[in-house]
Amino acid sequence: MAETMKMRATMEGDVADVKVLIQHPMDTGLMKDKKTDKLIPAHFINQVVATLNGKTVLESQWGVGIAKNPFIGFRIKGAKAGDKVAVNAVDNLGTKFDGEVVVS
Amino acid sequence: MNELRRAFLKKAGGFGSVAAAIAAGLLNPGAAFAAAWNTLAFTAKDPAEALKNAGYEGATDSSDIMIKAPDIAENGAVVPVSATSNIPGTTSMAIFVEKNPAPMIASFEFSNGAEPYISTRVKMAKTSIVRVAVQAGGKNYTTSREVKVTIGGCGG
Repeated sequence: MAETMKMRATMEGDVADVKVLIQHPMDTGLMKDKKTDKLIPAHFINQVVATLNGKTVLESQWGVGIAKNPFIGFRIKGAKAGDKVAVNAVDNLGTKFDGEVVVS
Repeated sequence: MNELRRAFLKKAGGFGSVAAAIAAGLLNPGAAFAAAWNTLAFTAKDPAEALKNAGYEGATDSSDIMIKAPDIAENGAVVPVSATSNIPGTTSMAIFVEKNPAPMIASFEFSNGAEPYISTRVKMAKTSIVRVAVQAGGKNYTTSREVKVTIGGCGG
């Protein structure tokens, strides 16, 4: 589902600046549907892992407090242009999201 | 195995409650995700309890953690927050919004050259203290700042 994840990685000195945008509702499970007056079930990304050339650089766990269509930015020291940054995410319903970008 | 899991998730989703989310969160989603989702920390309603369950108990205040966030957020549904730790040997970081129904927002573990820096966007139910905790060299440090919210991020 690459179309739901947008990534960019650019070198700034010896550090790769990585930005990731994922399309996801991030429903908290606490809000009501205005039409039906029923609670919208919780539906949120809860784990995100980033790798540089296959090596894990960032492991994160998210709760419902991350905003809708999540954005995450992080920096990897020692990366260089041409390196591959990949992000794997999964939500609480087991749907997986992944993206990959070449550092430029 | 996968079939069973799907059936279970379907069932769990039907309840449409936070409990369903917790149940689903308990399932290990795959090999790439080493640690199990920290249900205790993410479902804690009390900020101190969330901090403790996330593994940052007894964190001491440090001016070496920088939080970048607006002083006043017009829209609580999307509040940009970024945090940097200047403490040498920082291995992990967590973000909390103390007045949210679930104060723990996210946790991050850095390895293989990742800098102790995170930028993201959080939800804020109302004006609250935003707290960032980090772990460096086996010790816990924390810092916080207030963000005023004019429109809440939950409901509305």
